[in-house]
Amino acid sequence: MSTPISGPFTHKANSVQNTMALVLLALTPATAFNLYLFGWPAILLFTVTIGACVLIEALCLVLAKRPLSTLTDNSAVLTGWLMAASLPPWAPWWIGVLGAVFAIALTKHAFGGIGQNLFNPAMVGRTVLLISFPVAMTSWVAPQPLFSPGAPSFSEAIAITFGGQTVDAVSSATTLGHVKTELTRGIPVTESMAQAPDLMDMAWGYRAGSLGETVALLILAGGLFLLFKRIISWHIPVAVIGTLFLMGTLFHAMDPARYASGMFHVMSGATFLGAFFIATDYVTSPVSKAGKLVFGIGVGLLAWLIRTFAGYPEGMAFAVLLMNSLTPIIDQYIRPRVFGRSRKGEPLPLKLAKEEEKS
Amino acid sequence: MKLFHLRGGIHPDYRKGQTSEKGIVAMTMPAMLYIPLQQHIGLPAEPLVREGDLVKKGQMIARSQGMLSVPQHAPASGRIAAIKELIAPHPSGLMQQTIIIESDGKDEWAELSAPIPDPFTLDPQTINDRVADAGIVGMGGAAFPSAVKLNLGLQKRLEILLLNGAECEPYLTCDDRLMREHATEIVDGARIMAHALGTPKIIIAIENNKPQAIETMHRAASAHSDIKVVGVPVQYPMGSERHLVQAMTGRETPARKLTADLGVVVHNVATARAVHHAIRFGRPLVTRVVTVSGGAIREPKNIEVPIGTRITDLVEFCGGFVVRPERLVNGGPMMGQPLSSLEAPVVKGTSGVLALTADEINERPASPCIRCGSCVSACPCGLLPVEMAAYIRKDNLEGAAKQGVMDCVSCGSCSWVCPSHIPLVQYFNYAKGALNAQDRERRKNERVKTLVEARTLRLEKAAEAKRAADLARKAAREASKATTTAKDEANV
Amino acid sequence: MILAISSLTLMGLTLGGLLGVAARLLAVKEDPLEEELKSMLPGSQCGQCGYVGCAQAAAALAKGEAPITLCPPGGKAVIEALAKRLGVTADLSEHEEKGPEYAFINENVCIGCTKCTKECSVDAILGAAKMVHTVIAEPCHGCGKCVEVCPTEAIRMIPVPVTLNTWHWPKPMKEQLHNAEAA
Repeated sequence: MSTPISGPFTHKANSVQNTMALVLLALTPATAFNLYLFGWPAILLFTVTIGACVLIEALCLVLAKRPLSTLTDNSAVLTGWLMAASLPPWAPWWIGVLGAVFAIALTKHAFGGIGQNLFNPAMVGRTVLLISFPVAMTSWVAPQPLFSPGAPSFSEAIAITFGGQTVDAVSSATTLGHVKTELTRGIPVTESMAQAPDLMDMAWGYRAGSLGETVALLILAGGLFLLFKRIISWHIPVAVIGTLFLMGTLFHAMDPARYASGMFHVMSGATFLGAFFIATDYVTSPVSKAGKLVFGIGVGLLAWLIRTFAGYPEGMAFAVLLMNSLTPIIDQYIRPRVFGRSRKGEPLPLKLAKEEEKS
Repeated sequence: MKLFHLRGGIHPDYRKGQTSEKGIVAMTMPAMLYIPLQQHIGLPAEPLVREGDLVKKGQMIARSQGMLSVPQHAPASGRIAAIKELIAPHPSGLMQQTIIIESDGKDEWAELSAPIPDPFTLDPQTINDRVADAGIVGMGGAAFPSAVKLNLGLQKRLEILLLNGAECEPYLTCDDRLMREHATEIVDGARIMAHALGTPKIIIAIENNKPQAIETMHRAASAHSDIKVVGVPVQYPMGSERHLVQAMTGRETPARKLTADLGVVVHNVATARAVHHAIRFGRPLVTRVVTVSGGAIREPKNIEVPIGTRITDLVEFCGGFVVRPERLVNGGPMMGQPLSSLEAPVVKGTSGVLALTADEINERPASPCIRCGSCVSACPCGLLPVEMAAYIRKDNLEGAAKQGVMDCVSCGSCSWVCPSHIPLVQYFNYAKGALNAQDRERRKNERVKTLVEARTLRLEKAAEAKRAADLARKAAREASKATTTAKDEANV
Repeated sequence: MILAISSLTLMGLTLGGLLGVAARLLAVKEDPLEEELKSMLPGSQCGQCGYVGCAQAAAALAKGEAPITLCPPGGKAVIEALAKRLGVTADLSEHEEKGPEYAFINENVCIGCTKCTKECSVDAILGAAKMVHTVIAEPCHGCGKCVEVCPTEAIRMIPVPVTLNTWHWPKPMKEQLHNAEAA
């Protein structure tokens, strides 16, 4: 007799593949607009990075003797996409490929493949690149939309991405980087901020920054779409953005010359991308709602600390990775209370209705 | 009335429309009926008839055995064709003792116990005995002997009889139809049960997706000020006993306690109707309303079925299959059990028979867990299904037990939401079963040990007695020898 | 100089003395492991483990000479109890669960010699001399000692049947899962 299969005999119409596809869909508007802003070199780098991720994923699956059908779960595409989104738009091709090796082979498959990794693959990729190749990883360009005068043509783009041509001529600094450098030169935030693009321009992505993180408004729209579709819950994004805003506002109020404002922290760098798309990565964040809140607050706090006090202007990736390492502990200690039991796991005391009415 | 929030839960596709507007029709009496001796939680019933005996409808053909058991009655008049091992309506597909009745087509009632015109003057014990004699079990699916549950009224001070008409399982509409068509019978049954339990208050809880049932029940209950009909939010698993009690009263049943410890007893609406029949007409439980539905059934219906009708006869009554069903289910799609064979009969706990197509089930091979946490948000018991399943996969049952796998109610919400389609519920069912088996084994080992000790003690005592006897004999011999010697000496 | 040496010596002596006293006073009695292990075993002295009796098996277990899967009648429950006490992981893969069994006497062959009744450590066999014997299935724990002593081979071990009350769901099969998840 064959082994019986247990219920339920109805299932929600969802799958890992669909979930990942929806996340990709949510990212599309922001990334598309960003690719338009940064032109052909960005498009080339974006394609190379995702392609490399998928190829390495396939290679790892073959090496691990797992079915290649897993490739269709879209997770490698998502990792590649998110990593590409965090790279400088005009970075050379090998940055993308190396990042893919770190992200997919070393962070994901070395730990056992999808669902097993402790750290967010895209962020490990980005961080390793940032530390190993600080120059290539901090060569920012100001937006030069496709087909606009001065924007590199397709052939020029090939020279930039694959030919190793330097991009000094158009280099620019990210707003966070700018504020930080000026601060080290003794120029207060209030003054350096005057030269920074205004918040509205920042919201629309007209600022130097990573390939897919500058269009804050579209990323926010994508994030809200994910919330609406219940792919993510509100806990992590709200906790990350809220904490960042709170810390920024609080310290800005105490010393405006030393600390950037809360709104500035929220609108700049990878805040939205990080809060909605990176910190919410299922595999590397806690499973319970309360755990997610703690995780989000931790990310926000660390990101603010790193941005404000550490050597790097941007801290989202580091913050996410540090909190990733705490995820197992958060899951161990912050869990829902079991029905009919106290937090300690003991059966609830029997409260009779009469006593309850009295109390 | 103020309702309390339940955490977790899901909103599956209810698909009740296939049968919700179909009135209850009576099944034509099948030629053969198959009455399993165990249709309930507890010990199987003990046959009172032999092959060849003639029986009348409603005659007791097997009596209850022990405290936790119920008798079985003939659902039709006819001849006992055989008593033998037949496939049980159980996921295991195991055989069990079954009484087979060949119907004579006359459908003659046996002489029944006298109707009780005014049960409210009787003492609870009499009512409970009648319910026990009528073979009534919980008809929501669990099939727990109802009289045992009514007896709680004699042990505890109870406040509320909560009548469960939530029917939160998709597809099933048998309770819905029952409430719409037999509201007065249900209300009367509920009042009798409340009298037996000694509860001053009756609450009838119905999910808000059954407005007509709420309306009809409301009207039927309007004459009685002690009955409240309450619409409850549509949220699976609202019909779970503990969760319904929490939603209605805000009280959470402590682990390893009963809702009765909180003063609330929950009974299904169909059970209330069965009690009404047993008390007012002396009729035992020989039929029940079953929803036959699912995409593979030609004409889904709500049918009043004689207990013991084979599923295959039931399906035939509904026009057979449109397509080959992917899965046959006994009960609802969330908590129902797979049917191993069409030959299995309808039993007292069968609320539905579903023949589902592959599209309806939407089952896929499991893929790796991505820790999305959907199962954690869906769990109405506050458990972490993702972690429990990980422990069980590695056969660490003790770890799973520490995580609370024994507190799982197997509602299936986690499996339903899982994007990786991991059979979480089966992991938990396996762990619960294996832990219970270990417990049984442990108890057996302890018993063996006491038996061995008793035996050792007995052998030792026997040996000692023997030794003592030997010694005594020896002493006697010595003594006699001594006397003889003395005599000899004296003789010398 | 002398002061330093003498003070150090004094300190050494005092502390050493204290340690010595403490070692005596606070000595932990040696863990009565053997006794404890013996209490976990069924105690039916069936000898299926290859040792003379449960006490000898417990001694071997305590010395780490015997695997914790040694006791067939104890089943999984005993293995897990032993594993927990000895702090080793139970490797159940090697333990082929043959399922519980009980003895059954073929009444046509039994000659009523009472050899088995004397052998049974749980008094599960009924029968007087020259009368056919039967086994009460409930207390029988399947040690199989009676099978060995029966002169007419009337006794055989049969598996305890799975009933509706003892059946439980099996673990999800590997085929039901994706390769990756099963790994």
